[in-house]
Amino acid sequence: MSAGAAPPATAVADYMAQRARWRPLEIAFWGAAVASLFLLPGKHLILAEIAVLGLFALSLDLILGYAGIISLGHAAFFGFGAYVAGLIAKHHVIDEPVLALLASGLAAAALGFATSFLVLRGSDLTRLMVTLGVALMLREVANRFADITGGADGLQGVSTAPLLGRFAFDITGHVAYAYVLAVLFLLFVAARRLVHSPFGLSLRSIKGNTLRASAIGIPVNARLVAIYTVAACYAGIAGALLTQTTSFCSLDVFSFDRSADLLLVLIIGGTGYLYGGLVGAIGFKLMQDWLASLTPQYWQFWIGLLLVAIVLIGRERVAARLGGLFRRGR
Amino acid sequence: MTLALETTGLHKNFGGISACTNVSLRVERGARHALIGPNGAGKTTLINLLTGVLAPSAGRILLEGEDITGATPHRRVRRGLARTFQINQLFAEFTPLESIGLAVSERLGHGGDWWRVAGSRLSLDADIVGVLERFHLADVMYERVATLPYGKQRLLEIALAIACRPRVLLLDEPAAGVPEEERHEILSAVASLPREVTVLFIEHDMDLVFSFAERISVLVNGALFTEGAPDEVARDPRVKAVYLGEEAVDA
Repeated sequence: MSAGAAPPATAVADYMAQRARWRPLEIAFWGAAVASLFLLPGKHLILAEIAVLGLFALSLDLILGYAGIISLGHAAFFGFGAYVAGLIAKHHVIDEPVLALLASGLAAAALGFATSFLVLRGSDLTRLMVTLGVALMLREVANRFADITGGADGLQGVSTAPLLGRFAFDITGHVAYAYVLAVLFLLFVAARRLVHSPFGLSLRSIKGNTLRASAIGIPVNARLVAIYTVAACYAGIAGALLTQTTSFCSLDVFSFDRSADLLLVLIIGGTGYLYGGLVGAIGFKLMQDWLASLTPQYWQFWIGLLLVAIVLIGRERVAARLGGLFRRGR
Repeated sequence: MTLALETTGLHKNFGGISACTNVSLRVERGARHALIGPNGAGKTTLINLLTGVLAPSAGRILLEGEDITGATPHRRVRRGLARTFQINQLFAEFTPLESIGLAVSERLGHGGDWWRVAGSRLSLDADIVGVLERFHLADVMYERVATLPYGKQRLLEIALAIACRPRVLLLDEPAAGVPEEERHEILSAVASLPREVTVLFIEHDMDLVFSFAERISVLVNGALFTEGAPDEVARDPRVKAVYLGEEAVDA
């Protein structure tokens, strides 16, 4: 029967607020990230790469980990953002990098919105094929219009203006890493906010039981469109960051490998707790770096072995060990 | 007086098989209306048509006089039509608090809020706690739904529909699988619904049907077989025959 003491609404509010609070380990994680700015000056190039990959994986986690939409073509938005940023810089449409970044994110969001209607229906397999197809098509479009995109040679002549008009991008990657890390952090905070909101809760309910979600009045399709658009925006910003920090952009940004690696990153890091993409990106890049130095030609063998092990032993168990440190109490 | 729920000539075919044939059902406002029939009579199909999970092959559905035939499931909920499921359809990884919170925030139009922490609106929380207490779920509100005993899950199944504050409630075998001693909790929850809520329910337990229903429709092979007050239906020899077997009807 019902509990003796009626829990007042304030107790509920406190309980929910408590669960959304920042954990000490989360603060430590970001503290370490900031510390790396000062303590690892020689590693800023690879750290910037990791941060870009982490943001890209965070974007996939938003749709896969929270809304249950699996994608094998998330590079479509990454690549689109990368090319938009490249073209903006090359033709001096917007010189200031932060504004150009915003514009690239919005362009990718528009593409995400337009293609979101393709993933509303169907099974996981349909979604895998549809997303894969969209990315393949975009790659060929970029290839076909070589006079605009540079085709197979990549987009040449991209030069990124100084950040905020003051900080020029340097060859050591100091400015690039600080820039990428700041963007990653801001977008992470926004994503964290979003997944703890009623909207985020409704996404998880759709993932858990779509039939029931619609039976309690949740507009399932509208919610999926919204999160797919947001995720596309994140991916586009990640792509734009890559272009801006490397002053180059090639067809490789749309490649199937990139989408597939992204899934790998999330499988390594775990889905549905936001840090999976970041932890996975660190793990993936460090492993790639380390394995490639051991066996330059065959490093993918070991990545493959790890993938099989994670899937067979159970991602939960592996991810729980890594992610349990960060995971909120459920 | 407009009817709470009305269907006219409702048809549903799955390939060549007709699961619902020319069903014209009229449910009065405030009714306690039971839908009975042997297994495979199409009762759940009819509920799925009414709630928009399935689209009818032909026919119309009116909710309080308004055509909702083409409306999406969530829009029907917004218009005041909620349902429960024969087999629990819950959010296993959520707590009862989160589950009811979803339904309540959606009803009050705050379900899409993306920039505030869930639970930070006290007026919503009061509403949510109210529903949890009414359904004896307050003591388990912080526990994972998957770990709750079946009786509690069944209560949550109904509480989720009530949290949408429907004007028309469809119950698909509310007491299904609930042990005898826990049934009264479910039944009292259903019986204590305010009179302005119209209830259409499917049930196999005849004691329950005859103690609660004021009107009964009998569905056989996807078609409306007969309809009437409980005592009329109870006396009808054809209904008895339907429940005893098809041969008896032909005879």
